[in-house]
Amino acid sequence: MKVTLKIKRFNPEKDSEPYWGEYPVEAEPTDRLLNALNYVKWYIDGTLTYRRSCAHGVCGSDAMLINGANTLACKVLLQNLGSKITVEPMRGFRVIKDLLVDMEAFFEKYRKAKPYLITHSPEPEKERLQSIEDREAFEDTTKCILCGACTTSCPSFWANEDYVGPATIVNAHRFIFDSRDEGREERLEILGAADGVWRCRTIFNCVEACPRDINITRAIGEVKKALLFRRF
Amino acid sequence: MVHKYDAVVVGAGGAGLMAGLNLSAHGRVAVISKLYPTRSHTGAAQGGIGAALGNHEEDHWEWHMFDTIKGSDYLADQDAVEILCREAVETVYELEHWGLPFSRTPDGRIAQRPFGGHTREFGKGPVRRACYAADRTGHMILQTLFQQCIKNQVHFFNEYHLLDLIVTDGRCAGVVAYCLATGEIHTFHAKAVLDATGGCGRMFRVTSNAHALTGDGMAVALRAGLPLEDMEFFQFHPTGIYKMGILLSEAARGEGAILRNRTGERFMERYAPTLLDLAPRDMVSRAMYREIREGRGIDGKNYLHLDLTHLSAEVHDKKLPDITDFVRTYMGLEPKKVPVPVQPTAHYAMGGIPTDTDGRVIRDEVNTPLGGYYAAGESACVSVHGANRLGTNSLVDILVYGRRGARSAGSYIKENDWAPLPPHADGRGRAQISRLLAGGGKERAAQVRDSLQDEMMEKASVFREAKSLGTMKEKLAELRQRFAQIKIEDRGVKYNTELLEAIELENLLDLAEVLVESALGRQESRGAHSREDFPKRDDINWLKHTLAYKADKGIQFKFKPVTITKFQPMERKY
Repeated sequence: MKVTLKIKRFNPEKDSEPYWGEYPVEAEPTDRLLNALNYVKWYIDGTLTYRRSCAHGVCGSDAMLINGANTLACKVLLQNLGSKITVEPMRGFRVIKDLLVDMEAFFEKYRKAKPYLITHSPEPEKERLQSIEDREAFEDTTKCILCGACTTSCPSFWANEDYVGPATIVNAHRFIFDSRDEGREERLEILGAADGVWRCRTIFNCVEACPRDINITRAIGEVKKALLFRRF
Repeated sequence: MVHKYDAVVVGAGGAGLMAGLNLSAHGRVAVISKLYPTRSHTGAAQGGIGAALGNHEEDHWEWHMFDTIKGSDYLADQDAVEILCREAVETVYELEHWGLPFSRTPDGRIAQRPFGGHTREFGKGPVRRACYAADRTGHMILQTLFQQCIKNQVHFFNEYHLLDLIVTDGRCAGVVAYCLATGEIHTFHAKAVLDATGGCGRMFRVTSNAHALTGDGMAVALRAGLPLEDMEFFQFHPTGIYKMGILLSEAARGEGAILRNRTGERFMERYAPTLLDLAPRDMVSRAMYREIREGRGIDGKNYLHLDLTHLSAEVHDKKLPDITDFVRTYMGLEPKKVPVPVQPTAHYAMGGIPTDTDGRVIRDEVNTPLGGYYAAGESACVSVHGANRLGTNSLVDILVYGRRGARSAGSYIKENDWAPLPPHADGRGRAQISRLLAGGGKERAAQVRDSLQDEMMEKASVFREAKSLGTMKEKLAELRQRFAQIKIEDRGVKYNTELLEAIELENLLDLAEVLVESALGRQESRGAHSREDFPKRDDINWLKHTLAYKADKGIQFKFKPVTITKFQPMERKY
């Protein structure tokens, strides 16, 4: 099939403003959008710049705005995108070059909510025991690959860049609901602050954007509930 | 720009993060990586990490050791395998203590599943040894290690690409790296360097490997005069998604999935009557190639079926959720209802930078270390995998030897001062960049890479012979000439990923040459190296490791004996 990629281009060393570049690509309907981007870079315009690595939806490098919706370029097939496909960088992060954005602030926020197991009790000789049910309580949020698709689809984040954003909450949820963790209070303190979970207006964009099918709004709701029960 | 650290770790996958975490307790450490750490390919590992915990049934590290050695076709060094299998157990508990969300047994312990080549009582039948978190074990390991690095404030340089190793007066003095964000060349002056840059599967057309897996550390070591060990052994994983090569974990077969040919026959019954579909990967991949050659591929084409249709919905949804998702997303098929088209996919380099069991890089056949230089994980060769790696053992390797390398580097930086930086330490790296940017020919790097991948797949993959390897050698000479004619359109300094891809391609060309020459040299069939003109294993002449050096006149060889302690080589039957 023939498709045209309409890509938002910006080279900080040359361009004062972004512009649209159009590239015809001959491809298989079952090709990933990443295959088409690679084709443009490898055979039409070597300057096209984006991140990619695993090419099958597990490393989180290539989240971008495709036909107006955030997703991973390696997890969407051309047959599902029509013959004219618009590709832009994720919204809300500083664009560095073409589809490549500055991820530093994103990881800074992720670190803020202490995304690591906190324990004070002594470790057993073997594994800590955890029931299948207790393990299931945080299964969904262990899947996060830190691609940024959720945070950059969130209108609350666009309106206030200090909002910690859904990805940070997802990664805090993963520990708050882990029966082995003893840092629940410190994390809830951080997420209960002005730039924390209460900025979420349950718009559900994040759920649609997540390439790992994490029910993010539900996870945020569970954190909100944990905060409420904590208060009373 | 020059940075000074006690130690530098290159690479931030499982081995690099484990090393960074352990080394940071000993001094000032930088971890440099061409990707953000969580993008590393450890995250793509699916099925499990092998350790004889015995949570479901009796198991012992000695059984794990035997399986690993037999799986390696007796080429693995047995002292190194013993360490691997003993320390696997404490390593898995350590991961759990760090919060790794393993799947659980009904009594709350770490869940384990069967995996290829892992057996009870020295080969009597499959054993549940692979500790898993659904089919996302690698993702959980990578995330857990990254979380611990954040907790312990490990210092990262993200998106810095390794260009060169600085060797002076018989010691390693640091590395040179290219900063992708600015195009600047940075020199990292260090007492110790630990390479954990991963594999080089991108030299093949069909591969499970990420775009980033271009063997940068191995190529840089080779150019710095060090040997590469056993590069002729490259593992093809039996079940890659047809044409795309995306990995469908061996855990699928561990949970009961079956490989079938065009008649629906479970053909592994003919090749491995005891372990069937759970025979080691080299044997299953060869069996698949044979089925295809003899006309029993599906519709006569070059693929077979992985049948998961008889597995329960719970197995699909809870134990194999990711691969179920991959099949739906990329093939548009429902694996609960129809079998999945699969073909062997280039997966893992058993060879690499030679090290001893303390992770010290060695430079010759009598194990002389190069002071201050360490390696761990897929870029290294201890050798625990020998001629064929067992599934789950790469995850054990990165953690056990990532930690051991870090510990010995930790002692080294306490006992030694910095080797003086030679003048123009970054000279070779700068020259490489200038040369690539100055090229004004008509070739595109992508076209050269396409040819490399197609030719390697055809001539140097599962089956080899003198003729195909000889032709490949000539092709490589031709590809090098074409590479000299490439033109890079991007003249910028910020995120010049076109230049990066050219550097990576040059690494792949160097490593393909070593692989082909080593394969041509080894006149026997052992593990993943299968010579049609020498179909038998030859212990009299070839029970030894290859050390390949880059010299002016091509590749030169030395050979190193295999360490045998507990298990004498036997015929390998499953």
